[in-house]
Amino acid sequence: MTDAPRPTREPPVSPHLVTGGFGSPPLWRWHITMWSSILHRASGCALYVGALIAAAWAIALAQGPDRYADFKALLGSWPGKVVMFGLTLSVFYHLANGVRHLVWDAGHGFDLKSANASAVVVFAFAAAATLAVWGIAGMTGAL
Amino acid sequence: MVSYRTPLGRARGLGSAMQGAGHWVSERVSAIALVPLVLWAIYGVLRLAAGDYGFAVHWIQDPLNATLTALTLAISFWHMQSGMRVIVEDYIHKALSKSALLLVNLFVCWLAGALAIFSILKVALSGGAL
Repeated sequence: MTDAPRPTREPPVSPHLVTGGFGSPPLWRWHITMWSSILHRASGCALYVGALIAAAWAIALAQGPDRYADFKALLGSWPGKVVMFGLTLSVFYHLANGVRHLVWDAGHGFDLKSANASAVVVFAFAAAATLAVWGIAGMTGAL
Repeated sequence: MVSYRTPLGRARGLGSAMQGAGHWVSERVSAIALVPLVLWAIYGVLRLAAGDYGFAVHWIQDPLNATLTALTLAISFWHMQSGMRVIVEDYIHKALSKSALLLVNLFVCWLAGALAIFSILKVALSGGAL
């Protein structure tokens, strides 16, 4: 009916991860709170494996000195140490971030500023505590 | 009392199972218990890593160490079963895959937990194979 040119703007899109298919720039900027959330699940999954390793320790102990020595040699090898380092990082991260969640559940610190700040605190604690424990391990002959 | 449920909702019979809060609370209670237990366990791992089989047997024969180790493992397996259940329920939507994964999660946690605690009790009560 009208000869006026149609506006050629893109139709609005509902929020999702990417603007226009694979390889396009992300619509959402990664916030530190998104990292702290996904890493809570990731560290929980890592600790799932860690608890199975702890169960294997108990079983090896019950199986006697030879199996226990095998188990200790496996964890003391380089791949074993890498796994244990990752588990140390996971346990301190999951612990600190779990406390952060408990504080939220109690109704505190859920505003944007506090949530961003506590995420930084949790990351810093996990890194510092992991380095401290591995430092102590090195000094006490646990490595 | 007025019901706000739609006729379709009534016919399907879906809705709250009146159990959601229990799962939520048990996750938090186990989390609170694990804070001191896990910190103690990290200290225990540091000591055990520096010792040999004889030291580990001696260590687990201490009633405090045996009890705290068994509790840490039991509550950890309980907590991780709850956590993995939520992950499966969030990401897996096919009924058969979801049920299968939830069962595997439950059985793995119970089996590993039972094996670990039996092993600890065996060494703590018998003194190991010294």
